[in-house]
Amino acid sequence: MENASLSPFKEIDFPTPGQMVRRQMLRHWGFMFGGIVLVLIVALALLAPVLAPHDPYHQDLSRRVINPIWHEDGTWEHPLGTDNLGRDYLSRLMYGARISLLIGVAAMLIAGVIGTTMGVAAGYFGGRVDMVINAIITTRLALPIMLVALAVVALVGGSLEIVILVLGLMIWNRFALVMRASTQQLRSMDYVSAAKAAGCSTLRILLTEVLPNILNNLIVVATLEVTRAILIEAALSFLGMGVQPPLPSWGLMVSEAKEFMLFSPWMITIPGMAIFILVLSINLLGDGIRDVTAPESR
Amino acid sequence: MLVYTLKRLVLAVVVAVTVSFISFMILNLSGDPAAALAGADATPEEIRFIREKYGLDRPILVQYADWARRAVAGDFGESPYFNQPVKDLIGGRIGVTMTLGVCAFVFAICLAIPLGVIAAIRPNTWIDRLALTISVLGQAMPNFFTGLLLIIVLGVMLRLLPISGSSTWKHFIMPAIALGYYAVPSLMRLTRTGMLEVLSSDYIRTARAKGLRSFPVLFKHALRNAIIPMVSLAFVQFGYMLGGAFVIEIVFAVQGVGFLAVRSIERTDLPVVQAIVLLFSAIYVLMTLFSDLLNAFLDPRIRAK
Amino acid sequence: MMDALLEVKGLHVDIPLSAGTLHAVRNVSFSVNRGQTLALVGESGCGKSLSVLAVMNLLPKKARWHAEKLLLNDEDLTSTSERNMADIRGSRMAMIFQEPMTSLNPCYTIGNQLMEALLRHQKVSRSDARDRAVFLLEKVGITAAASRLKQYPHQLSGGLRQRVMIAMGLMCGPPLIIADEPTTALDVTIQAQILALLASLQQEFEMGLILITHDLGVVARVAHRVAVMYCGLVVETGDATSLFENPLHPYTQGLLASLPIPGKTMPGEHLGSISGMVPTPIGEQHGCVFRNRCTYAFDDCSAGPVDLREVSNGRTYRCLLSPEVCAQNLAGGQSL
Repeated sequence: MENASLSPFKEIDFPTPGQMVRRQMLRHWGFMFGGIVLVLIVALALLAPVLAPHDPYHQDLSRRVINPIWHEDGTWEHPLGTDNLGRDYLSRLMYGARISLLIGVAAMLIAGVIGTTMGVAAGYFGGRVDMVINAIITTRLALPIMLVALAVVALVGGSLEIVILVLGLMIWNRFALVMRASTQQLRSMDYVSAAKAAGCSTLRILLTEVLPNILNNLIVVATLEVTRAILIEAALSFLGMGVQPPLPSWGLMVSEAKEFMLFSPWMITIPGMAIFILVLSINLLGDGIRDVTAPESR
Repeated sequence: MLVYTLKRLVLAVVVAVTVSFISFMILNLSGDPAAALAGADATPEEIRFIREKYGLDRPILVQYADWARRAVAGDFGESPYFNQPVKDLIGGRIGVTMTLGVCAFVFAICLAIPLGVIAAIRPNTWIDRLALTISVLGQAMPNFFTGLLLIIVLGVMLRLLPISGSSTWKHFIMPAIALGYYAVPSLMRLTRTGMLEVLSSDYIRTARAKGLRSFPVLFKHALRNAIIPMVSLAFVQFGYMLGGAFVIEIVFAVQGVGFLAVRSIERTDLPVVQAIVLLFSAIYVLMTLFSDLLNAFLDPRIRAK
Repeated sequence: MMDALLEVKGLHVDIPLSAGTLHAVRNVSFSVNRGQTLALVGESGCGKSLSVLAVMNLLPKKARWHAEKLLLNDEDLTSTSERNMADIRGSRMAMIFQEPMTSLNPCYTIGNQLMEALLRHQKVSRSDARDRAVFLLEKVGITAAASRLKQYPHQLSGGLRQRVMIAMGLMCGPPLIIADEPTTALDVTIQAQILALLASLQQEFEMGLILITHDLGVVARVAHRVAVMYCGLVVETGDATSLFENPLHPYTQGLLASLPIPGKTMPGEHLGSISGMVPTPIGEQHGCVFRNRCTYAFDDCSAGPVDLREVSNGRTYRCLLSPEVCAQNLAGGQSL
């Protein structure tokens, strides 16, 4: 007689994959820290028009370079001080968050569409398509994009839209490479073959079988590219070839504060640290997502 | 092996040529080079004069063909700003940039590999987390900001190092740190991942079963295998790193090619910019070529093909 | 009189998992003498590999083990230092693994890796080490041994690589060899060759051999003594002949019944099988570990864990049924 129910060991409930992911998410301090800080920054950015104490563009030359609150002569009216044109630093910082986030996300989306399409096409169809796309990717990788971006902005003129466009058209390479690799792995999977055998159209296979499975890779790369876009924009604006004044781009703020950095180091430190914290939180979040959704951790 | 090398060399040249073509198109078609050269308040006649003088009125493909033909012979034109051959301008500065790049990279490697090995030996312990934290923090700092902070702390407050210029070896320390640290996280992670993967492989188990102690297991057997993917990626990292060198050169007023590039862009000195873009892409292409060849050399399995 | 080379008593291996502690090896005891082959038999996951890895102290980091007795030539290894173990591994006991394709370092030559095994433990010259390597390569049946030394692992087939692994294990002339499924990853024709090689080497060098396998056919060919493991426990031991002729434990009987016997099993005949699945040993064990798959289970089987019973010297089994009843079951089952 078979006594399947009479197991010599008590029945153990292995946690479901969903439960495990949730448990790991909460335990992963990087994910939590990054996520919370990012949510805060996004909230500050979205609510800037409401929360900012002053108009970030309003100049008051009688109140130039006031020190922030932690100096003896600081004042609560300008908790983070004012810049060389008398503009409130806190307000500029908050509006700067909008610029960084906007550029980061927009450039990432453009690059993501370009790169993912190319990568998935190359990975799924292989052969000639793969060769051509590979050639394009290799050429793009050989281009010194920073220099080219600088040059284009210098020639065309700097503005928020130009920067987003130039970045988006430049930073799609990692999307393409990662999506290509992931799709290649999947192409040989049985469930894709099964779908093909069942007669599904290519587009349908791509949307229903391939895309969901490369999604976690896609998200990780997306977070990386957002930070990359933010950092490149900061460097471009720092050099004067990015977002133009009077917009409060953090990189531009560092550049404008350069001449005061020896006497008032806070002027470069505050926007610099802002970039650092934003990029850090996004990176931590991305790393967390990658760690938590990696198959090995299940 | 020889055939492999030749094939890769030909590919490298093709890529470099394509890049020069694309960048030429981008640079000359983004705006009106003649107008930019002439200046903001130039008259239409002045613009037309400049256009004719520099042959900017010819069809774009003709301009490229002309440039390419001369470039192959080593003539990259003359800088309208300096009125000197571009070749000389770049030649005089390339050494500085390369020195900076090498110093930065050596700094990065000396930091990344030990960190990576240590992290791999004790994965998921506090050492591992510390190493990963350092690298994560490093990657979030914009490099111009790091440079400025170094200037403030090491240059001004502590007065340890000179804050601008490139005349002595001391001038290179801070720029090297500011340029190199960004590569540390990825190199460290590469080492760590590579080592972790290798450490769990069967031949490591065999090595330990033979009675080998930790040191030879780690360094003779593990690192030798882990480093194969790392070396090739390291070369590529070097190429990337150079791409960001110009920001550091500006911050520290290092008279290298990157500094020249930025100033030339500001001045719309297109011949210089075009040549520098080609230079950087040639360097990148060479780095990838080296890395492929080194990869093939280090891994006996590929060498055999 | 044969001296006991390795004596293991009361070995436990635990692996902490998120769902609880996995008691992978529980109270396992076995021993090997000089010139004797002990086969550790059982299906995948029964703990046989973990047992010998514990003896070599090569368990994965997460695993914890302890033993009542672990004596190698009367030296106690239960709490010895890692330094000492490193000296013992390779020189006094050597291990051969299952996957010859990946067990050699792809970046170094065969000769380098062979000589390393000897140079690590003995102060001999490189040319002496090379001579020994050539000697052993020839012993394991590899032709053109001297030129093979310069080859890289990827240039050899799986069978050849496994022979190299065997030669490597013998470099220091250890008295004990542990072979963990040495033929599982090889073609059937090569399997027989490798087994014959191991048997002849063992005879020639008078070594003790622990052979781990899930294949009873392999056991019949080369083993002197057999220990059958199931779900982390030893359920039956004995010398090969009596175990094959008169298996006592229902699990052993089931294993043997599932073997097709050339000449006896007719085409179309049902092979025996054991219904059910191996339980996962996490948490407390209630009753006999085999009871949910055993044809002869009765109420007392759930009462508490079953101890190993000794029938005669060296013949043990872990079942509540008496040897006579077991023999009857065997006779009845054969007519199935």
